[in-house]
Amino acid sequence: MATDTPVEELDTIESWPDDLYHVLKSSDVRHCVYVPDAGHTRLINRMIEDPMIHDTVLTTEEEGIGYLAGAWLGGERGVLLMQCSGVGNCINTLSLTQSYRFPLLMIITMRGEWAEFNPMQISMGSVTAKSLELMGVNTYHVERAENIAEVTAAGAEHAFNGDQSVAILISQRVIGRKKWTR
Amino acid sequence: MDPVTSYSSDSIVLARREVVAELLKDRSDLMVVTGLGAATYDVTAVSPSNRNFYLWGAMGSAAMTGLGLALSNPGRPVLVITGDGEQLMGLGALATIGVKRPGNLSIAVLDNGHYGETGMQKSHSSFGIGLHNMANACNFVWAEEIVDMSAVADFRESVHNTESGPILARILVETKNGPRVLPTRDCVEIKNRFRTALGHSV
Repeated sequence: MATDTPVEELDTIESWPDDLYHVLKSSDVRHCVYVPDAGHTRLINRMIEDPMIHDTVLTTEEEGIGYLAGAWLGGERGVLLMQCSGVGNCINTLSLTQSYRFPLLMIITMRGEWAEFNPMQISMGSVTAKSLELMGVNTYHVERAENIAEVTAAGAEHAFNGDQSVAILISQRVIGRKKWTR
Repeated sequence: MDPVTSYSSDSIVLARREVVAELLKDRSDLMVVTGLGAATYDVTAVSPSNRNFYLWGAMGSAAMTGLGLALSNPGRPVLVITGDGEQLMGLGALATIGVKRPGNLSIAVLDNGHYGETGMQKSHSSFGIGLHNMANACNFVWAEEIVDMSAVADFRESVHNTESGPILARILVETKNGPRVLPTRDCVEIKNRFRTALGHSV
């Protein structure tokens, strides 16, 4: 087929959500709860297509903390996906995770920290890691797509076997700049 | 009944602990999540069990915790018992539950129309905002206001039917609280007891 579009190359570049999916599956994650972000689109779609995963869209990110606490009480693991702006919504509810020492695995796509076009993203984006750390959440930073599987696998182990709350922060540099029509 | 006047009416006589005792009568393997404050104390006083997950905080999280528990244990009944203020802080949870619609999840809101832990300020319930109407708008299978014990007993029957949810009862109760009976404040112990009761490692 004659085409100038380097389809395979594009797929390779954008394959990190597939790496995430495979790591989460091999970590026995059964629940995926999320507030959508463009950076999570591909992972969310894979979770929705997987009949073994309970996928649940939330109205606000802190709902996911209660949900995953309940799932853990019931014997199952899950993951919470959000954009970094959602971290601010979660602060008090993180006391649930901390006080009861629930495992919590969050995968957070960053905004407001790399080539950000929207000034309103910068306020929360610039304090995301600090806010999480103040609440006792372990933060793992991913700056390069090729590291995402290793970091997420380590975070899952830390969360589910170490009874810790863990946030994997995926840099805007990995996700790519949001394309704006100006 | 005009919900705006519900709380000034002499017809509202349900005592919260009698309601909870009826809800948890012959509870069998029922799993219970309690919202912080009086709901936690009521359940502790009336039906202490390792299958109770007591919340001491994280206001607004009770219903979502119930959802995660229900979806990870299909076929086993889960009842969330909470207050009107706690549920009002987690209104979005009603929409999220309405999307997932687990048959084994029930919510009992002990609605006294007030924030009882903080000085009895009126909640939205006292101003005519109906949590049962919100649950209906969120595609719950059944949601009604309850003002008498026979309806509480009927609701209890439905709680044990794991195919009939999600359902929500807004149970109008008096503002008077029973004597404080507190569960352990060691939250890790609450979690571990619950998981152990279900056969999971801690």
